[in-house]
Amino acid sequence: MAKAGGSEQSDRGSAPLVHTIGLTKRFGELIACDAISFDIGAGEIHALLGENGAGKSTLVKMLYGALEPDEGTILWRGEPVRHSNPAEARSHGIGMVFQHFSLFEALSVAENILLGLPPDEGRRGLADKIRTISREYGLPLDPDASVHDLSVGERQRVEIVRCLLQEPQLIIMDEPTSVLTPQEADLLFVTLRRLAAEGRAILYITHRLSEVLELAGRATILRRGQVVATADPKAESAASLAKMMVGADVAGVERPAASVDGSAPRLQVRNLSVPADGPFGIALANIDLDVAAGQVVGIAGVAGNGQSELFDALSGERLADSGAIVIDSQPVGDKGINARRQMGAAFVPEERIGHGAVAVFRLSENVVLTHHGAGEAVAPSGRINRHAAREVETRVGERFDVRRSTDDPRASALSGGNLQKFVVGREIDRDPAVMVVNQPTWGVDAGAAQTIREELVSLARKGAAVLVISQDLDELFEISDLITVISDGKLSPVYPAETLTAEKIGLMMGGVHHAHDGLQAATDGGESGHAA
Amino acid sequence: MRLELVPRAERSTAMALVSPVIAIGLTLIFGVVLFASLGVNPARALYIYFVEPLTKAWSLEELVVKASPLVLIAVGLAICFRANAWNIGAEGQFTAGAIAGSVLPIYFPDFQSPVLLPAMLVMAMAGGALYGAIPAILKNRFSANEILTSLMLSYVALLILDWLVRGPWRDPGSFNFPESRLFNASATLPLLAEGGRMHVGILFGLIIAALAAWRLGVSVHGFAIKVTGEAPRAARFAGFDQKRIILAVFVIAGALAGLAGIAEVSGTIGQLRPEISPGYGFTAIIVAFLGRLNPLGIVIAGLLLALTFLGGEAAQITLGLSDKVTRLFQGFLLFMILACDTLIAYRVSLKFGHRAAGVTGTADQKMVSNG
Repeated sequence: MAKAGGSEQSDRGSAPLVHTIGLTKRFGELIACDAISFDIGAGEIHALLGENGAGKSTLVKMLYGALEPDEGTILWRGEPVRHSNPAEARSHGIGMVFQHFSLFEALSVAENILLGLPPDEGRRGLADKIRTISREYGLPLDPDASVHDLSVGERQRVEIVRCLLQEPQLIIMDEPTSVLTPQEADLLFVTLRRLAAEGRAILYITHRLSEVLELAGRATILRRGQVVATADPKAESAASLAKMMVGADVAGVERPAASVDGSAPRLQVRNLSVPADGPFGIALANIDLDVAAGQVVGIAGVAGNGQSELFDALSGERLADSGAIVIDSQPVGDKGINARRQMGAAFVPEERIGHGAVAVFRLSENVVLTHHGAGEAVAPSGRINRHAAREVETRVGERFDVRRSTDDPRASALSGGNLQKFVVGREIDRDPAVMVVNQPTWGVDAGAAQTIREELVSLARKGAAVLVISQDLDELFEISDLITVISDGKLSPVYPAETLTAEKIGLMMGGVHHAHDGLQAATDGGESGHAA
Repeated sequence: MRLELVPRAERSTAMALVSPVIAIGLTLIFGVVLFASLGVNPARALYIYFVEPLTKAWSLEELVVKASPLVLIAVGLAICFRANAWNIGAEGQFTAGAIAGSVLPIYFPDFQSPVLLPAMLVMAMAGGALYGAIPAILKNRFSANEILTSLMLSYVALLILDWLVRGPWRDPGSFNFPESRLFNASATLPLLAEGGRMHVGILFGLIIAALAAWRLGVSVHGFAIKVTGEAPRAARFAGFDQKRIILAVFVIAGALAGLAGIAEVSGTIGQLRPEISPGYGFTAIIVAFLGRLNPLGIVIAGLLLALTFLGGEAAQITLGLSDKVTRLFQGFLLFMILACDTLIAYRVSLKFGHRAAGVTGTADQKMVSNG
């Protein structure tokens, strides 16, 4: 039932709430949005679906006045409008809830909301207004609570209430569930349906197909900055939507069975505790985990529950007690990252640019970044061997199909997916004994994501211990043999992936760690799964 | 209407090299306007400033003598700037080096030995390095802004020097002039050629620049400095300790500035005075940027800035122009380099917004939120 975008509003009677015609935005050579025409009616939940980099964020930023279109028109209730800043968009009744919150942690809920309101808006009665609105829409909030005490889901409520106080007719939500547990997401959906029932339109940005099927009345699908289809989700399946979004059939990762022999795990974490870094960091508490040769272990969790702290402790960017981390039976908890690399460990951090790679450096220089301290040919005795670095760059580029426009380009010249393939490939090229990856396919196109997942599984099957930290449950189910959940700096017991469902993981994400729900822990030993 | 800086997708490498040339050209145009407004024939003034010093043998020698401290200091500063450590205090490190290096010839005026000069050089480098370490330690320990601390410490060093030469270190036979005793022959850097002005110290700049170019290019240490400057998080991921690198670059820059300080005192001047530098430590910041933070580029840039010092002296004598004109020139040159660099990285775009709509927007908003 998919039909080409652009001409569908003629059969919808009166003028839609928003109608864009030929909206175009360029960033240098890149056309982020290419002549986008689509419309949203009052009372509609409209999904904007697309992969990372498809142009979703750019499109909504133009609607919200955060970016000015280079070409094209926005019609608001049939009238052409130009928003040169978000305040103008809000004055027309367009509100937005961003994926990344803009809240001051040290201020209270009411103070944060006050800051987002027009300057002449009085603070008198604001607390009551917040209470009323939050109760009406099922978003319980205490106006006097300090934001840094709130959970991520509660912080999102603050953003939504702030948006609702302005009485918007169109509410734009940018990937709202990316920070929520499945249970929190269900509550959000109830609120969204109620808002739509009041006649407000909701533009819902996501790349999660299941949410589109569950929630949306219509879906506009973007690919490479263009509208490829406007579909009725009820007439589509997840597979057909995925095909439209990606432009090709997406194959799953083949995962042969793991064969774990009885030898000692290659990566052992024993009672790892690290204090919080700064007032808003997460402390790691008594983490125990084993990864055996041949295994992929996945760590699920909502963003900001200690994933980056755990990665830093495992990589050696933050040090812990000597015995807290053991690689191939050698304690390394108090050793730096290069000492761990010399023992065969490899690490891929969440941020590609600025952490895993330096944007202005050439790929070969980025090879030096992680290979120089591992006692390899790239930098013997303190001198960099450019030739050896180029060899690694070429080999990784060919093996992992890193598309480069020139020989040895700067990292900034690569697309997200290609750079991620390079950053992962750079480590796999070292043939590591232990591989720790944080968000392996974050912001990566489907093709590159599949390559990376396959390589991680095959690395494990060749005898490495692979630990994957990810917020993407589908990804974890696809590649992991065992799954555990991180919540507030603590790990749940480890379960075989087959015994888990998204709902069970959701409960654990909320901090329900113990096996009340009849889950069977994976480890052969104690019922907690922690081999203490 | 408003101006916006939009990042360019691709930075031109050629333009990055040409940018100093454009900046110099614009500075010359600025000079024409400046001289005309001062009532001086611009062509004659520019000739005296930039051409005449190149026509005589003695002034060419003088050019090299003035360029060498600039090059030494600027190489150290470039290493700091590459690591994103903003050492603005080279003038102080230069002074601290000059003071530390002068301890032996001032307290032991009769001590003559071949080891004296090497000892003075080592003490000067140690003095400059220690003085340079202060802002680094303050930054590492207390996150104190190194721009402020290093700059303020410059004035502290200059005042200490002033006090020393007016007080405890004043030459008893100086008829109350604020200056130390003259260094003896074995405490003076030997001349390269008899009767000339060029002393051995000018070789330091060339050797250090070559050494720095080589080390920055191929060593893991040089790589660590560049990574720390470009992406501190990636530097940590690469196993480099950011605090150690900040300390190291400040110590290196301080040692080099200190070396320049003692070379100036024991080579060019021959004694300590309240003013031993016409602002080398600050001018070297311009040299570092004009030389693209590249040690070899810095050698060329050092000669060019030395030319403005020489031309400034000549213009002071021949045209009666204030020496402040030289500082104005140098400042304008730095401004132009930074402007050119900005325009290489960004493109200026004029936005025709509608401020008026913004005003009505607030009115609408009030209606909406009250309604």
